[in-house]
Amino acid sequence: MVKFLIPLVLFIIMAIFLAMGLHLNPSEIPSPLLNKQAPAFTAPKLLAPTETLSPTDLKGKVWLFNVWASWCVSCRAEHSVLNHLAQQPNIMLVGLNYKDNPDDARGWLTALGNPYAVSITDQEGRVGLDWGVYGVPETFVIDKKGVIRHKHTGPVTVQDVEHVLQPLVAQLQAEAE
Amino acid sequence: MKGLIFLVLLWSHAAYAIDAKQFTDQKQQAAYESLTSELRCLVCQNQTIADSNAELAADLRRQVYEMLQQGQTPEEIIAFMTARYGDFVLYKPPFKIKTSVLWLGPLVFLSIGLLMVFWLIRTMAQKKVDAVQEQGQQEKLAKIRRLLNEEEERF
Repeated sequence: MVKFLIPLVLFIIMAIFLAMGLHLNPSEIPSPLLNKQAPAFTAPKLLAPTETLSPTDLKGKVWLFNVWASWCVSCRAEHSVLNHLAQQPNIMLVGLNYKDNPDDARGWLTALGNPYAVSITDQEGRVGLDWGVYGVPETFVIDKKGVIRHKHTGPVTVQDVEHVLQPLVAQLQAEAE
Repeated sequence: MKGLIFLVLLWSHAAYAIDAKQFTDQKQQAAYESLTSELRCLVCQNQTIADSNAELAADLRRQVYEMLQQGQTPEEIIAFMTARYGDFVLYKPPFKIKTSVLWLGPLVFLSIGLLMVFWLIRTMAQKKVDAVQEQGQQEKLAKIRRLLNEEEERF
């Protein structure tokens, strides 16, 4: 009896692990930047290239940092969700226009609407590298102290907004500076 | 035909993503080559940044190159990359509690396999010994019966 039970048990264990593997997302890599100070940068603004923006300018605010590009197909899918998100109170969206042609990027915002309070340009992907960006779109949530509290890889969905981003932003707004 | 396909396959493996880079000396070039073949491209996860043609891989190669030019050591460059992308960026992750299953898993499975082989061999050997002993016993019994029968016949 035991002779037949051992392979059965082994098979069940293997099946459980394989089933778990099926539901893991290999492109979701945990960011080591979580709960660390947001990496510094000084980058030109997309719509006002003579002005620059740094994370220190946003100290005391809760903001979302969304990495996007006009060449990115899933960003197009995400864009309407961001437009909707930007309408909500207490939401401040900052865009990182990643490895993009600024003219194309400006055209994209004109055509599809601009959910960003401000977007910065990163044509060479250097800011992206410091933030550990590897797949666009990505969205970070930064608290009042300038600490990264959440990272979302891939397009943000309405469910993500309602169940993750909005509650988190509300919670961070309530925290002290 | 098979040989030709094989050659094509070989060639395609050798076709690395090449960008023209000037190195100050051979040591720096060697460091660049070893670093880029130890770092994982995060977009195409089964390729090193030396192999990959993805844009991110090109950016990471440029970063490695620039840091080497600035005189930074390979250790500093590895630390820079892991600070941004985590241990996943390394093809050879460091030994930590988090990565212990990765490192020890194969050893555990190997020892389970060896134990099973050992156990199988022992039970098989034991069975053989038992069988031989059994046979000896049977022969003895047969002999006793024969002798008894002979005795009975005599009287």
